Amino acid sequence: MSAQKVLSLRSLSKKFGSVVANDDVSLDLYVGEILSLLGENGAGKTTLMNMLFGHYLPDNGEILITNKSNQMEQLRLGQPQAAISAGIGMVHQHFTLAENLTVFENITIGVGSLWALKTDKKKAQKKIADIIERSGLVVALSEPVGRLSVGERQRVEILKALYRDARVLVLDEPTAVLTPKEADVLFDNVKAMTDDGLSVIFISHKLREVLEFSDRIVVLRHGQKVGEMLTKDADEQSIAKMMVGESTLISKRVNIQVGNPLLSLEKVSMKGSSRRNRLVDISLKVHEHEILGIAGVSGNGQSTLAELISGLQKPDQGEVVLGTSTVKKLNPKVIVKAGIGRIPEDRHKDGIVGNMTVAENIILESLSEKNIQKFGFLNRGSINSIAEELCSSYDVRGPGIHAHARLLSGGNIQKMILARVFSRNPKIILANQPTRGLDMGAASEVERRLLEARKNGSGILLISEDLDEILRLSDRVLVIHSGVLTEIENMDREQIGLMMAGESL
Amino acid sequence: MIDILQILISESFWAASLRISTPLIFGVLGALLCEKSGVLNLGIEGIFVAGAMSGWLAVWLGAGLIGGVIVAGLAGAFFGLIHAILTVPLGLSQHVSGLGVTLFATSLSYFIYRTALPNVSSPPRIEPFRPIDIPIISDIPFLGEIMGQQTAMTWLALLMVFIVWFVLYKTPLGIAIQAVGDNPNSVDAQGLSVYGLRIGSVVAGSALMGVGGAFLTMSAFDAFFFGMVNGRGWVCIALVIFASWKPGKALLGAVLFGAFDALQVRLQTEVGAFVPGQIFLMAPYVLSIFALMIAARKADYPRALLTPWFKGER
Repeated sequence: MSAQKVLSLRSLSKKFGSVVANDDVSLDLYVGEILSLLGENGAGKTTLMNMLFGHYLPDNGEILITNKSNQMEQLRLGQPQAAISAGIGMVHQHFTLAENLTVFENITIGVGSLWALKTDKKKAQKKIADIIERSGLVVALSEPVGRLSVGERQRVEILKALYRDARVLVLDEPTAVLTPKEADVLFDNVKAMTDDGLSVIFISHKLREVLEFSDRIVVLRHGQKVGEMLTKDADEQSIAKMMVGESTLISKRVNIQVGNPLLSLEKVSMKGSSRRNRLVDISLKVHEHEILGIAGVSGNGQSTLAELISGLQKPDQGEVVLGTSTVKKLNPKVIVKAGIGRIPEDRHKDGIVGNMTVAENIILESLSEKNIQKFGFLNRGSINSIAEELCSSYDVRGPGIHAHARLLSGGNIQKMILARVFSRNPKIILANQPTRGLDMGAASEVERRLLEARKNGSGILLISEDLDEILRLSDRVLVIHSGVLTEIENMDREQIGLMMAGESL
Repeated sequence: MIDILQILISESFWAASLRISTPLIFGVLGALLCEKSGVLNLGIEGIFVAGAMSGWLAVWLGAGLIGGVIVAGLAGAFFGLIHAILTVPLGLSQHVSGLGVTLFATSLSYFIYRTALPNVSSPPRIEPFRPIDIPIISDIPFLGEIMGQQTAMTWLALLMVFIVWFVLYKTPLGIAIQAVGDNPNSVDAQGLSVYGLRIGSVVAGSALMGVGGAFLTMSAFDAFFFGMVNGRGWVCIALVIFASWKPGKALLGAVLFGAFDALQVRLQTEVGAFVPGQIFLMAPYVLSIFALMIAARKADYPRALLTPWFKGER
């Protein structure tokens, strides 16, 4: 890291209607530096980066970037083309790759005139080979992107930016989809590139990564810059406080003696439709007052496991035991009756009915209850008061209980689902990726509710890709890989990480 | 059996197959181009009618044959533009818009035809394209005989197969069109216009469909009459899937369908006395359904087909 600036954002402001997304934000980026941009969802990180990349036109402020002869010059605002040619590259959280096209085609797309009759393939291939050699981002150029793993696709995205001679690379939550090992490889690659003079803006809300990986940290809250520090002077508590504006965030887990078993799977095997959703001879037991964590990268059988416990699929072999009795006919009705609360993996798809109101979504699992319906007619008055009450106690914010559920933000949809699940006092809770995509405030609320349910005697099966979350909450941890469950003796972060990647110990 | 074999090795059978498949080649290429960019164009059936009517009318009014082809292409482009504006920037349902364009283009064509010629009992004829003789090619045995019976429009159709293939796979523009049909964000992230690429592809594809329609009135026949398109557009939509969105396979599919059609005509005359003619009329469609069942299962479809894209939404 040198003292030379490569990029300077000055007093950028952006309003959408009456909502202030960015308010007078300034930041500098130095050559060869990794700068972390931290903040909750809605803090304005994405808006800021979209202004940098020319997707949005700022209301106020300017952006300076060094040109080829090392002079700072004004960037033409609101034009992605200008940003690209000035050397700004962005790796979006949701990849912008065409799956039917090859890696090579994806990397070179849109470079040069669209109307050219011939492309100089040799020259392009040589340039890409050079970049791969310098950065270590190895990937097969002739392979269709649709056949690549997530980690490889991310490498293609970075190569795409580097191929356009990016000097500033923005990585938007790059590790959200990677295994811990893949993430380490990514960090090594990025470090190698910064040694080569690349400057990186790294967006994340995983504090551990930020502390390990970046040189400097800038924190945004409610659209304003609220803190800036060198990483070596920062610690987890102080950054978390800056991000959320309060300090007692992380719920403390107290030790409780576990009770009787509530749910067991015994030697369950399922073929599934492919390798990604098979289960091989798995056994597990969830007790009262216990959180059982299932760690694993998604696509290793978690979805099948969740569907099994939701009663949506039947095991090919093995038994499901609720309490002390074996379930003979497994179906969703039995599961709901047994008091299993479900927090689904894909909350938008499986958790809500988007075109029904918030109130209707909240009472969806209690339809047969007396205060919801009488003689088959819905009791609207009582439903509305129940919904109002739950929305306020679970802090569901949005346009009100009569608005369509799909209009809520992701965090509020999750809180609404929590309200539906926890208000029924479930004995067993199946929480599948409950904090995925949520910001710290909403995620810690989910964690707090889970710990509270544990205290009150529920048994919780927590399926998550977020290893830190698993380690924070769980009493016991199992690792799932290719449909095989392995019990972890001592909760060692590194060991679990390796097992998630499929390495046997 | 011997009869069928004899038919299959005769030059006249394959010449007829290629002739019948010519409008399908134009249509399937047009539909393929639209769909590669992510837009299904069910307007094709009506655009065929519009191309057939407008091309013929232009020639009848004295525009010349090449002028007629250009007018038919422009007519196709016009209806394609309507479909593109409705489905791309406005993001309306591609099915509904496409069917609407088909109804609109068909009725408008009939209306203009009737307005231009209010009092004719039999449709007036034009001087259509004639088969062209290309010296070197006509000397090749078998193939020369087949190609010697084709008009300039069939040659144009074959040339278009190559051009569409070349543009889609060998030029930066084609890569961008494929990318916009696969993941519009990939194009947007590079500062290219998603709307521009999609509208352009739909307009160009629809122009090809219009020319395909014109083949019916300017080469296969010499007049326009109602109902002459007769489902050819829908066949093209199916053929695109059969071809898994590849121009070479699209040519193959169109010629196969043309061959089925030519075969059923000949079988009707051979064994028509014992079997109802409708069975033979039905045969190409039944066979194409079976061909689809086999081919379409592993089709490599454009991932963003039917999905509208709006700027700023991710």
